[in-house]
Amino acid sequence: MIVLNEFCSSHGIDISFVQSLEDNGLIEIIIVDQAMCITAEELPRLERIVRLHDELDINLEGIDVINYLLQRIEEMRQEIITLKNQLSFYREEDK
Amino acid sequence: MEFIDYYKVLGVDKNATQGDIKKAYRKLARKLHPDLNPNDKEAHKKFQQINEANEVLSDPEKRKKYDQYGKDWQHAEQFEQARQSQGQSQSFGRETFSGDFEESEFSDFFTSLFGNMGGGGFRQRQTKYRGEDYHAELQLNLSEAYKTHQQVLTVNGKNIRITIPAGIENGQKIKIKGHGGEGINGGPAGDLYITFHIINNTTFKRDGNDLYTTVDLDLYTAVLGGEVTIDTLDGKVKLKVKPETQNGTRIRLKGKGFPVNKKEGEFGDLIVTFQVKIPTHLTEKQKELFEQLAKLSS
Repeated sequence: MIVLNEFCSSHGIDISFVQSLEDNGLIEIIIVDQAMCITAEELPRLERIVRLHDELDINLEGIDVINYLLQRIEEMRQEIITLKNQLSFYREEDK
Repeated sequence: MEFIDYYKVLGVDKNATQGDIKKAYRKLARKLHPDLNPNDKEAHKKFQQINEANEVLSDPEKRKKYDQYGKDWQHAEQFEQARQSQGQSQSFGRETFSGDFEESEFSDFFTSLFGNMGGGGFRQRQTKYRGEDYHAELQLNLSEAYKTHQQVLTVNGKNIRITIPAGIENGQKIKIKGHGGEGINGGPAGDLYITFHIINNTTFKRDGNDLYTTVDLDLYTAVLGGEVTIDTLDGKVKLKVKPETQNGTRIRLKGKGFPVNKKEGEFGDLIVTFQVKIPTHLTEKQKELFEQLAKLSS
């Protein structure tokens, strides 16, 4: 678990920004011992959101669209790998 | 080392205002940012180029020097020295290099033109950028990919011990966080992506998590039934053969296939195809018996 206060102070961002991400359904905040936390798996996603917001001035709606499209790209990349492997399987079978 | 046309890189003309440059840079950065182009080396290279172009053109002093020397950049230092000896005023200090951006992120052309400059004329880049993602390829035998194991990789002179989970697919990528290039201006390090190439060193064929194999079956076992011992990637198993098994019969052995990646204890199936072998070099007695069988069957 990563405590959000620590994350925000090390990245120089306001906690209200992270809360607005949760309000928009971009991340999930968990309360542990009365402290707001995120899971370690969520960390790369949150870091990417912060970079996109800070470096490219992309608003939350835009980040949501980017996340969705990147996920679709990754799914299609995986599908291509699977299809390529299946194709080589059938090519081997034909030999 | 070639002259780099920074105006062309950003797609602006030589009279572009600071506003035009900022706008062009932001537009291209949105397109080429590493977070939007994961695993795309070409986009990353272009992103570095636009950063460099922006570094020069958004800084009035650097832009002035760049415009002044243009394609004669190789002689820039000589021109500077000549002007100094003539007592002309200098707009840049030459002793201290206080910029904290990483020179290695810039081209040789940039370093030649601005590398020795320092002092108050420099504007520090404030934006933190994530480091470059590294991409490596690793070849594994199918039998190696069957089991979770560790390997030590040398990436850019550093040894990294990685755990390769069982069930890796051909072409699959895994990410090793923080083992890419160092960040720019204190930004986070990039990641290391490893693409696996699986070489099939076995007699099995793999389709996802399922394995396929062909087993020869003698005619007598195929007709009368019996038992055969077959190889799996996990050792040998005994298999019962039903009487009157036809050539090409397929049997699915649950859980005897390839491990399912990231799902410990889960395996695909092994699909066995029986290939019935017709006996050859029959003795007279055998021929006679087959003839009797033929007569019985007709």
